[in-house]
Amino acid sequence: MPAQLSFHNVTLGYDRHPAVHHLDGEVAPGALLAVVGPNGAGKSTLFRGIVGIVKPLTGAISLGGLDVRDIAYLPQIADIDRSFPISVFDFVGTGLWRHTGMFGGLGRRERDAILQALAAVGLTGFEKRTIGTLSGGQMQRILFARVLLQDASVIVLDEPFNAIDAKTSADLVGLVQRWHTEQRTVLAALHDMDLVQAHFPETLLLARSVVAWGETAQVLTPDNLGRARRMCEAFDDTAEACAGDAPRPQAA
Amino acid sequence: MDTLYQALIAPFTEFEFMRRALAGVLALALGGAPIGVFLMLRRMSLAGDAMAHAILPGAAVGFLLSGLNLFAMTFGGLIAGFAVAILSGVVSRATELKEDASLAAFYLVSLALGVTIVSMKGSNIDLLHVLFGNILAMDDQTLLVIAFNATLTLLVLAVIFRPLVIECVDPVFLRSVSRSGGPAHLIFLALVVINLVNGFHALGTLLAVGLMILPAGIARFWSRDITGMILIAVASAMVSGYAGLVLSFQSKVPSGPAIILMAALIYLFSVLFGSAGGILRRLFPGRHLEA
Repeated sequence: MPAQLSFHNVTLGYDRHPAVHHLDGEVAPGALLAVVGPNGAGKSTLFRGIVGIVKPLTGAISLGGLDVRDIAYLPQIADIDRSFPISVFDFVGTGLWRHTGMFGGLGRRERDAILQALAAVGLTGFEKRTIGTLSGGQMQRILFARVLLQDASVIVLDEPFNAIDAKTSADLVGLVQRWHTEQRTVLAALHDMDLVQAHFPETLLLARSVVAWGETAQVLTPDNLGRARRMCEAFDDTAEACAGDAPRPQAA
Repeated sequence: MDTLYQALIAPFTEFEFMRRALAGVLALALGGAPIGVFLMLRRMSLAGDAMAHAILPGAAVGFLLSGLNLFAMTFGGLIAGFAVAILSGVVSRATELKEDASLAAFYLVSLALGVTIVSMKGSNIDLLHVLFGNILAMDDQTLLVIAFNATLTLLVLAVIFRPLVIECVDPVFLRSVSRSGGPAHLIFLALVVINLVNGFHALGTLLAVGLMILPAGIARFWSRDITGMILIAVASAMVSGYAGLVLSFQSKVPSGPAIILMAALIYLFSVLFGSAGGILRRLFPGRHLEA
């Protein structure tokens, strides 16, 4: 089966400094992959690379024929202006963008879909509230509702369970599992190892470069986790150009 | 009753220039207020002000080249405004510099350039017209230009409304589903420039932004919903325009400042008594609810 996502010697970074170094590997269609690693390991950068917000410094990411806009991406919550006067209904409705585009109206089918998505995340009755009145957990729930509406075959979740209570996180993990049974490819950056072990069959342990990638039980060994923790976080301003690039053939 | 009629309605039935002024200010309100709401929601209120300064040199150059010619001044203002808006938008998107910093850089350059050109050619008192406008001297051409620009603004705003709203709330999401964010933002900046140029005929470059920002501020205190905000902003801009014209007619206050002062009065009232977060509401919120 051809891979859904494949990374060919990908280096992602900012201002020539790599945040993710020489990543090679493939994600199969329908995979449920946890991306773990300490803060600054490059998890968010990797996700931004997948959805095209950060361009690879070298190497290439191929999306298995998908357009980058067909990937549902749930960024960390900080990027959203929650003081903007928009209702929960309208906000979640933006998930239908691929369907409605700039001008398409919301007919009865679309309205029903939005209400169903809100029901699926347990927020029935919140339609008219503005997003500024929601708690952190409720906000995360409506972001999941929007991902539901995006109906994407690849879903990328950047630390979706941070600062969320056990009930909410259990509900949202339920949604992730539902996506998995629907054969969607799901990638999630996570810090909760128990949760990873319980629900994610495959894990990528990242610390600026791949420490281990494979079956979760084999990846999350004390040895691997120790190596990830010792990762050097700081950029070296005097670093030489990476020698690793020169002899390697560029992947197409 | 008769005195009320004399005070509030007679100026417009008796004098054509007052009717023209009213038509002009209503058109300005229709186009400018919705733009102001978006400026406020994008935290660009002061960017609007900076843009107004950027227009001044362009209009001045147009004036110096061909006198008090409507089209030369409009054209000059549009070019200066667009140049500053687009350059700063491009710089902030392509680099780490934030929009406000890059805008400040470009409008200061534009202002310095304008003053240099003016001083080379020798200054002129008629430039006061550019600075403070004269809504009481609207000719047919000016009125048509204002009405055209207001219509254009509403149509274009309707076209880019959805991406513009999403770009305000969640720009990263918009980037992940569509390429329309960047163009929508640039088109919006263009609309800001068009409405500022529109405003300078009536209110002058320095106050043009007032009829955009003050109504937006007023609207924020009465509605929590963007559609409601736009409607309230337009309505309060129209009321300020009408009340300002009456005030200016009955007293010696110049028309431009009179209109802005009226908007300021409504603004003050809204800050105090607004139903959506006004000060009085905050101090005396009433007893808390059951759930």
